[in-house]
Amino acid sequence: MTAVLEISGLQKTYRSRKGARKALDGFDMVVEAGQVHGFLGPNGSGKTTTLRTLLGLIKPNGGRMTILGREVPQHLPEVAGLVGAIVESPQFFGNFTARETLSLLADAGGVDQRRVDAVLEVVGLRERAAERVKTYSLGMKQRLAVASALLKEPKFLILDEPANGLDPGGIREMRTLMRTLSDSGMTVLLSSHILAEIQLICDSVTIIAAGRRVAAGSVAEVLAEHRSTKVKVRLEPGVDMFGAAQALRAAGAEVTLEQDHFIVGNASRPAQITRLLAGHQIFVSELTPVTVDLESVFLQLTGTAPVEGANRQVDDVAATAGNGWGQ
Amino acid sequence: MGTVSLFKAETRRLAKRRFSRYFVLGAVLVLVAVAIGMFVSNEKPTPAVIAQAQAEADRYFQEQTGYAAEEKKRCESLTPEQMKQQYGEGFTCDQLGQLQREDVQIQDFMPSQFDFRENFPGMVTTLAAILAMVAFVVGASFIGAEWNSGGMMNLLLWRPRRLQVLSTKLAALVVSLIGLTVTLSAVWTGLFWVIATMRGTTAKMTSGAWQSIGLLELRGMVLVLAAGMIGFGLASIGRHTAMALGAAIGVIVVFQFGLAVVLQVARVRFAEAYLLPFWGIAWLEKEWEVLDYNAPCDFSAVNGCEPPSMVITWQMAGIAMLAVVGLVTMAAMWTMRKRDIT
Ligand SMILES: Nc1ncnc2c1ncn2[C@@H]1O[C@H](COP(=O)(O)OP(=O)(O)OP(=O)(O)O)[C@@H](O)[C@H]1O
Ligand SMILES: [Mg+2]
Repeated sequence: MTAVLEISGLQKTYRSRKGARKALDGFDMVVEAGQVHGFLGPNGSGKTTTLRTLLGLIKPNGGRMTILGREVPQHLPEVAGLVGAIVESPQFFGNFTARETLSLLADAGGVDQRRVDAVLEVVGLRERAAERVKTYSLGMKQRLAVASALLKEPKFLILDEPANGLDPGGIREMRTLMRTLSDSGMTVLLSSHILAEIQLICDSVTIIAAGRRVAAGSVAEVLAEHRSTKVKVRLEPGVDMFGAAQALRAAGAEVTLEQDHFIVGNASRPAQITRLLAGHQIFVSELTPVTVDLESVFLQLTGTAPVEGANRQVDDVAATAGNGWGQ
Repeated sequence: MGTVSLFKAETRRLAKRRFSRYFVLGAVLVLVAVAIGMFVSNEKPTPAVIAQAQAEADRYFQEQTGYAAEEKKRCESLTPEQMKQQYGEGFTCDQLGQLQREDVQIQDFMPSQFDFRENFPGMVTTLAAILAMVAFVVGASFIGAEWNSGGMMNLLLWRPRRLQVLSTKLAALVVSLIGLTVTLSAVWTGLFWVIATMRGTTAKMTSGAWQSIGLLELRGMVLVLAAGMIGFGLASIGRHTAMALGAAIGVIVVFQFGLAVVLQVARVRFAEAYLLPFWGIAWLEKEWEVLDYNAPCDFSAVNGCEPPSMVITWQMAGIAMLAVVGLVTMAAMWTMRKRDIT
């Protein structure tokens, strides 16, 4: 497989009068052709910064990027026609209608005007296309943005939070749209906070935290790599749970007692548990690995799981990012 | 393709903007009002008009002579004491003024007529001033609204060559402004030719006179383009229409009022030379003489204290304008190249 997008060692520091802020700190990313690739990270982790840099809107302080095999930003003008993009709730000039907006873009990019109605149809704005963008709802503006990205029939589609503001039906439509596009050979890079959605539609993901990659690979790989070694153990009713926990702890297990079961934290080989407990004449009624979903992996990797009684601030992310868990 | 399609798109965008349309429409209405005013307030010297003016002049002369006679009669009836009080020492009633017939000129009673050769240049200046204002505001809003609304960012996703995008936009603005100015100048000239024909005279319009009007209109157009480019540049640097308008208002306030006062108080030499509008006037009227009233007296037996003068020529004004336009445009290009678009 060939890579449509390759980023390595990307650095970006925003400078202002108030000081400098390191938004990207040696970020790496690879997106293979034909895939739907999810781009995940907590607020302020650098997703939008990455995409803006990629699209030549901001200048990086270091690192290399290629799109469709061409070095950017140097060769961006050559590939720009093949890259459709929306960056974080795009804004349009409010007094123009959707059709005018798209038609002007089509003119500017030398795209056939017939595409305008085609994409308006695709995003479901056909009947509202003659209304001024100012009067659109959030989701309608988002749909228009997607339409503008699709206008040039891109080979590579970059969508920064396209589901932002979409209704449930719209989100599902977006999901099918993405599948269709991907099946037609388009590569899609998708940033989103709706992890269930990502898990449903993405072939692979990159997770970023504090400007660095903390995980990457196919969804299955990422989940597998971070498959928890936690096991839920339930005993026959009436059996002494405390004693069982004692026995396991004595053998070095991390045990957390719950209401009617306990969790063994570091059970890389669950068979050990049964053997050990059986030795103590304690029999297990249930032994299940605690399943992980993308959300828990995400929270764990980025260290952004909510802690009771604490208000997490946006920049509090995993200090171990990059060299932590499972790597 | 390429730049051409971008140019086409940008010209379309400019023409589609309601702001541009309304502003141009507003300017046209003002111009129409000026033309109507000139039409109404001028009249051709037909025999009837001359006869009426003659009659009015006669009546005025009669009236004044009547008053003078009455005044003289009153004067002669005064005692020497009262005389002294009212007119001063050694005054005789013969010294009272007597209006002569030739002092009453018929011209003063004639409605003015529109002399194309004499009066049209002032109208060209009016046109240029109004259009320059429109150009500034439209130019500023054209790019300012794009920056402000995020449309610029969208466009750059399509056309990553930033300088090309900005210059194409500027070119679209300049070409549109040329089109607008040329059209309006032609209509304006035609309109006042008609007004002069109906309400005055088109006499003495030699080819030299036409040439000078043509050159004046050309200088007017350059002023309009300069204003448009400065508005465009400032709004692009500030990424907001308001920035350009703010800058313009700031400049007007500072230059026209504030600076004028300060210069006066500080008794600065050649104060007017620091005020922008006079440079504009110099550009259009070919020169503007700045008198230095703050200078030490340069006494001459013939004229008394004569203030030294300095002439701002249209060449000087042109170079200054070019420098400002160049500076603003370069700064706009430079910031466009350099900055992060977020
Ligand atoms: N124009 C800017 N000037 C200064 N700092 C900025 C600027 N834009 C972003 N940042 C900072 O860079 C960091 C990364 O921001 P970025 O917008 O890339 O985050 P993100 O991953 O897109 O977050 P979100 O999920 O909230 O969209 C943040 O700390 C942010 O405050
Ligand atoms: Mg973002």
